[in-house]
Amino acid sequence: MYDKTIAEQSRALANGEISSVELTQTYLDRIKQFDGDINSFITVTESLALKQAEAADKRRTAGNASAMTGIPVAHKDLFCTEGVKTSCGSKMLDNFVAPYESTVTGKFKDAGAVMLGKTNMDEFAMGSSNENSHYGPVKNPWDKSAIPGGSSGGSAAAVAALLAAGATGTDTGGSIRQPASHCGITGLKPTYGRVSRWGMVAYASSLDQAGPMTRSAEDAAIMLNTMAGFDNRDSTCLDREVPDYTATLNDSLEGLTIGLPKEYFTAGLDSEVEQQIQNAITEYEKLGAKVKEVSLPNAELCIPAYYVIAPAEASSNLSRFDGVRFGYRCEAPKDLMDLYIRSRSEGFGEEVKRRIIVGTYALSAGYYDAYYRKAQQIRRLIRDDFLNAFKECDVIMGPNAPTPAFDLGSMSNDPVAMYLSDIYTLSVNLAGLPGLSVPAGMANNRPVGLQVIGQHFDEARLLNIGHRFQQATDWHQKSPALV
Amino acid sequence: MQWETVIGLEIHVQLATKTKIFSGASTAFGATPNTQACAVDLGLPGILPVVNEEAINMAIKFGLGIDAEINKVNVFERKNYFYPDLPKGYQTTQLEKPIVGAGHVDITLADGSTKSIRIHHAHLEEDAGKSLHEDFHGMSGIDLNRAGTPLIEIVTEPDIRNAEEAVAFAKKLHSIVTTLGICDGDMSQGSMRFDVNVSVRPKGQKEFGTRTETKNLNSFKFMEAAILKEVERQIDLIEDGGTVIQETRLYNGDTGEARSMRSKEEANDYRYFPCPDLLPVIIDDSCLEKLQAEMPEMPDAKKARFIADFGLSDYDAEILSADQATANYFEAATRASDDAKLSANWIMGELSKSLNQNSISITESPVTADMLGGLIKRIKDNTISGKIAKEVFEVLWQGECSTADEVIEKKGLKQVTDTGAIEAMIDEVLASNAQQVENYRAAPDDKRGKMIGFFVGQCMKASKGKANPGMVNQILKQKLDG
Repeated sequence: MYDKTIAEQSRALANGEISSVELTQTYLDRIKQFDGDINSFITVTESLALKQAEAADKRRTAGNASAMTGIPVAHKDLFCTEGVKTSCGSKMLDNFVAPYESTVTGKFKDAGAVMLGKTNMDEFAMGSSNENSHYGPVKNPWDKSAIPGGSSGGSAAAVAALLAAGATGTDTGGSIRQPASHCGITGLKPTYGRVSRWGMVAYASSLDQAGPMTRSAEDAAIMLNTMAGFDNRDSTCLDREVPDYTATLNDSLEGLTIGLPKEYFTAGLDSEVEQQIQNAITEYEKLGAKVKEVSLPNAELCIPAYYVIAPAEASSNLSRFDGVRFGYRCEAPKDLMDLYIRSRSEGFGEEVKRRIIVGTYALSAGYYDAYYRKAQQIRRLIRDDFLNAFKECDVIMGPNAPTPAFDLGSMSNDPVAMYLSDIYTLSVNLAGLPGLSVPAGMANNRPVGLQVIGQHFDEARLLNIGHRFQQATDWHQKSPALV
Repeated sequence: MQWETVIGLEIHVQLATKTKIFSGASTAFGATPNTQACAVDLGLPGILPVVNEEAINMAIKFGLGIDAEINKVNVFERKNYFYPDLPKGYQTTQLEKPIVGAGHVDITLADGSTKSIRIHHAHLEEDAGKSLHEDFHGMSGIDLNRAGTPLIEIVTEPDIRNAEEAVAFAKKLHSIVTTLGICDGDMSQGSMRFDVNVSVRPKGQKEFGTRTETKNLNSFKFMEAAILKEVERQIDLIEDGGTVIQETRLYNGDTGEARSMRSKEEANDYRYFPCPDLLPVIIDDSCLEKLQAEMPEMPDAKKARFIADFGLSDYDAEILSADQATANYFEAATRASDDAKLSANWIMGELSKSLNQNSISITESPVTADMLGGLIKRIKDNTISGKIAKEVFEVLWQGECSTADEVIEKKGLKQVTDTGAIEAMIDEVLASNAQQVENYRAAPDDKRGKMIGFFVGQCMKASKGKANPGMVNQILKQKLDG
C-alpha cells in the first residue's frame, strides 16, 4: 500500500482494506530501513504518528473522515509544530521546540492526517541542492551520488522513496518545483497568498509560499484542498474562495493554449532535458492543446533581482536569531556584542551567512536605491512580462532546471553557478504566480520535470493540466529501486 | 554675543488601544514581566504581524485633531538593529509614507499671543520591551510586556525657540491626545515621552547650529530642565572656543545630570525597507468621514466656546479647556451652579490647590462638580459668605458630608442676614470701641475707607464669620458717618 497514491490509500482506508495504524507502521518501517542512507528526515515522530493514526482510525469509524484522515505525511522542518523540534535544517534551531502550530500543519492535524516527522532541508530554505543542512545532505533516491534538489529536498526524496504518502514543502525561488523535478514527483507552488504563512519560518516573506509534494497531480489537489484558504493571522493571505481542486481534474484540454517562452529554450538548457520537455509538449498537443511561442524579455534579470530581494528580506527575518530568547547561544559570552557575534557566527551555516551579508549590503544607506529599489522595479517588469504573455496563452510551459540533478558536491564551492541554475523557477515567485512540476521523463537516468506556470489563482487549471498528462503517461508512477 | 535657541521635538505617544499594534496581547501597564507578551511579541520564528485597526483609527484622529493631511496610502517599514529588548531584531515603524502628514499645533505664549508650531509628520510604530539591569547579578533581565505597544511618533519642525515654548507645546499636545481619548496621558508610566533636539546660533544667523538630541524625557519639568541645561552647555562650549558635536544625550531627571550616549559616527545604519509581512494601509473616504464624525471638540474650539458662551477671560478659558477632565468638570459645575465665573474661580483656586496638595487628578476629586456647584449656589444666594464657603469646601473634601447644604445645616453656618440682629451686633462693637469711633469721625473722608475695615473685622469676628459682610459694611457706614 505504501506504493499507492494518497487518493488510492484514502479509498483503501475508507473501504477498510487497511487501517491508518498499519499504513503508518509500514512507512515508519521503511523510514528505518532506507532513510539512514537517504537522510530525508531530521525528526521522525514515531509514537506521535501512531497515536494520530489510532485517532484517525477511530474518526473513520465514527464516520467523519476527510480525504486526508489517516494518511501519513511528512512536513518540511520549517513549519512550526507544537511540541516537536523545528530546526529549519540549522544548528541555530537544533534546540528549538516550537510552542505553537503553523496554520498549514494545523490544518493537516485537523483533517486527521498523520505526521510521520519533519523533513531535511537546506538551512532556512537557502539552497538548491539540500547540501546546506546542519543535518547533512539528502541523497537523491534515484541516484545516491546526485543531489535531490532544494531547498525542500528532504520532502521530495521522502515522497520519491515512498517514505511518506505526501509531504509539504515551501517554495521561495523554486524550492518545491526543482526538487520535485529532480526526484520525479509532482510539486505545486501555489499563488502567493493562497496558503497561510503563519508558523512557517520566514526566509523571504514576499516570496515564500507553501505547497504540496506528492506522487500525482490528483494527490496535490487533495493536499491543496486541505492547505489553501484565508487565515486572519497572515496579512498577505488572500480572502478568496477555495475551489475543490479535485473537481476539475478531468476537464478537457481541448483548445488550451500553451505558451513556450523563447528565452527558456536557449543554449544554457541541457539537450536531453530539452528533449523530454519537447516530448511532453507533443503529448499535450495530442490531448488537444495548441502551442505558441511567447516572450518573457526580462527573464534572465530574475537572478539578480531575486538574489537582492530574497537576501535583503532574509537579513531582516533572521535577525531574531540572536542567542537571546531561543535557539543557539554561544558558550560563556563576555558581553552582549560577543553574545551576538559568536551565537550567529557559530549557529548559522556558510550559505545563510553569505545571504545575510549580501542582504545587509543591499539595504545599506547609499546602496538601497541601486540594489533593493532597482530589484523591486525589475520585479515589476518580470510580473508585467508574464501578464503580457498570458494575453496570448493560458499557461506557460518549460523546464524547472537547466540540467537533471547534478552530483553531490559538484557545485558546493561555486555559489554563483548554483544560483544560475534557478533561472526557470525564480521569476514565478517574483511574479507571485502558481507553478507546477510534473515528472516528464528521464535524462542521464535522472528524472526531469515539466514546469507549468499559471495565472494568479489558477491552481485548479494547473492541476487539471498535470492530471490529464498523468492519465496519458506513466512517468509519475515510476519509483527508484531502493537497496 | 546674543544667542538664539532652536528646538525641535519628537514625541512618542502610547496609544490607548486594548491590545498591541500587531498582536492580540493586552497593553495594560504594570503586569508581571513577560505575562503580556504572546508569540508575536516574543518574535518567535514563523510569527506574522496583523495590524490593529484601532491603532490606525487613533492615529487618523490625531491627524484630524491637528489639521494634518492623512496619507491615504501609508506603509510600515522595518528599522533593523540589534538590541535585547527588540525581539525581532527590527522595529516595525513608518518612514517614507507615514500615516499623518504636515499639520500644526497652536500654543499660547506668556504675553497672550498665539504661535503655531508646525508638525512635520506623525507615524505609527511599535514600542520595544524593557531591559532591567537590577536584581540579575551582573546579567540583564528583559521584560517584553511593552513590546508591541502602539505608539505614534510626532515630529515637529524646528519652530520652538525656548524651553518655555517647548513646555507650552508639550502641554498642548498632552491636552490634544487626552481630549481625543487616544492616550491616557499618564507620563509617570511613560505614556508620553519627549526627545528634544536643541541647537543654538548667534541671533540673526540663518543657518542652524549643530544639534544634539536628548532622549526619553518623561515629564514637562525634566524636559524644561534638560533644555535649559543643554542650551547653557552649548553656549558655554562655543564661547570657550569649542564646537558642538552631533550626538545623542541622556538626561537624568533625578540627579539633573546629563551625559553623551553616542555620537553621530556611532549611529546605526537602520537599513529601512518596507515590511513584506504587512500590506500598505489604505484609508478610504468613508473611514475618514466616520472618524471625522466621531471627533470630540478640540481644546482650541473649546476655549473659544468658553470665552463666547461663558464670558471667561482668555487666561481662564485656556486653563479650563486644556484637558478634557477639567473641561468636563467645569461645565458640570457651571450647570449645577449656574455661574461660570465663580465655578472657574473655585476650580482654579481652592479645588486646584487641594488637588495639588494631595497629588490627585480632578477625576479623583472627593468634591465632585455637582458638590462644588451646590456650594457656589449657596454663595450666590447669600446663604453663606465666600469665607465660610471655604470651610464648607474643606468639610466636603474630608468626605464628612455629601452636599454643601448638609454641611451648612449640620455646622450651623447659615449667614446672618437679619438687619435687626446685625444692627444689635454693630452697636455692641461700636460701644466697646469708643476711642476708634472717635478717631474715625475725626478723620478726613479719604482716610475713612481704610479705617472702616477695623470695624468690619470686629463685627465678623463677633458673628463667627456668619454675618453677611455686605450688610455689615452698609449698616456700619450709616452708623459711623451718621
